[in-house]
Amino acid sequence: MMNEFTLWDIIRNLGTGAAWTIGLSLTAFVLGGIAGLLVLAARISHKPWLRKSMRGYIELFQGTPLLLQLFLIFFGIALLGIDVPPWLAAALGLTLFTSAYLAEIWRGCVEAIPKGQWEASASLAMTWVEQMRYVVLPQALRIAVAPTVGFSVQVVKGTAVTSIIGFAELTKTGSMLSNATFKPFLVYGLVALGYFILCYPLSLYAASLERKFHHANAPGSH
Amino acid sequence: MAYHFDFAAVLPYSGQLLSGAVHTLGLTAVGASLGVSLGVCGAVSRAWRLKPFNTLFGVYVELIRNTPFLVQLFFIFFGLPALGVKLDEWTAAIIAMVVNLGAYSTEIIRAGIQAVPRGQLEAAASLAMTRRQVFFHIVLRPSLQKVWPALTSQIVIVMLGSSVCSQISAEELTFAANFIQSRNFRAFETYITVAIMYLFLAFGVRWLLNRLGDRFVARRVAK
Repeated sequence: MMNEFTLWDIIRNLGTGAAWTIGLSLTAFVLGGIAGLLVLAARISHKPWLRKSMRGYIELFQGTPLLLQLFLIFFGIALLGIDVPPWLAAALGLTLFTSAYLAEIWRGCVEAIPKGQWEASASLAMTWVEQMRYVVLPQALRIAVAPTVGFSVQVVKGTAVTSIIGFAELTKTGSMLSNATFKPFLVYGLVALGYFILCYPLSLYAASLERKFHHANAPGSH
Repeated sequence: MAYHFDFAAVLPYSGQLLSGAVHTLGLTAVGASLGVSLGVCGAVSRAWRLKPFNTLFGVYVELIRNTPFLVQLFFIFFGLPALGVKLDEWTAAIIAMVVNLGAYSTEIIRAGIQAVPRGQLEAAASLAMTRRQVFFHIVLRPSLQKVWPALTSQIVIVMLGSSVCSQISAEELTFAANFIQSRNFRAFETYITVAIMYLFLAFGVRWLLNRLGDRFVARRVAK
């Protein structure tokens, strides 16, 4: 059987793949952000065992390839006798990956808040949760926006690796189209273009946020 | 849980694992040295606005930093042969790594070069240093020193990213893992073992780069 693919067919199919890439990126980023907040809370808590175990968690995800993390989740859950669909392994894997990186980025932001802020809020008899909620996080958030947006580019690009465990996002769609059409140069070129269209605006936004932040904090700018 | 872990099933394949690790390290070594060299060229072109390389490197950096490494690798390995450029898997893997790291290190090193105070260049000129001396001693070394930690992190990221080179059948560490689990049917144990190996590799590469940085890049203090 030989199907003729027109350029429009290729683009239409890649569009569907790109929609899955966007869906997976959003899922991983939102869930990873929530999980990352919990990891962050544990990472900077007063309990040493919590701090240490979260440090281990972060180092585990930052010290191993994303591909292996996906393999481990894919085959690991299968050991429990549950059949894991690729989308679930992909979403879970990327969520954990994102949570580790975001927690580490945000930890840097929280630690950039001067110690005096903690001490002042403690002297007002605030609990740790209140200190975080009303004093530290609102300030840390301002510093965190630019690197967080910057990291979202890494999440979008990370979704490409899930093609290897068989999730039919943009890259996987591209591989299948390339095999069907024998036009790898065109297809992979379009796939790359697709990622560029998704990522470049995010990169530009992150850069402009960073400029704005640096400008606001530059000495003598007032 | 009825599952019994059997890490002994991985043991007979230690030869493959070792060979995979060596190949991953080799890829990283070649990719990192060429990639950082490319980054130095890019950084100088960008920081000093050398036409037309300035614009060329600008476009290159944005293209590479906004597309996944896997797609870059596939484009080079599967796409380029359509133009008559046939590459074996190792060449394709190395080119992809160099091109990828080159873009990131261009931006990293550029930040270092732009942080060199003008006064130092003027001081060097007033000491009648040659352009070559100025470049190596006043610009490059202090810049690299400043950005060495960022460069180290990026090289580790590239090493971990090289695991996807298994997909074009370059026989590095992840390829070895895939091969072994297809033989012993112990996917989980095999991938755990390999994940731990990557952790050690990442740790080792970081340590080595810190030492290299101290030895060759850090400012020499007069004794």
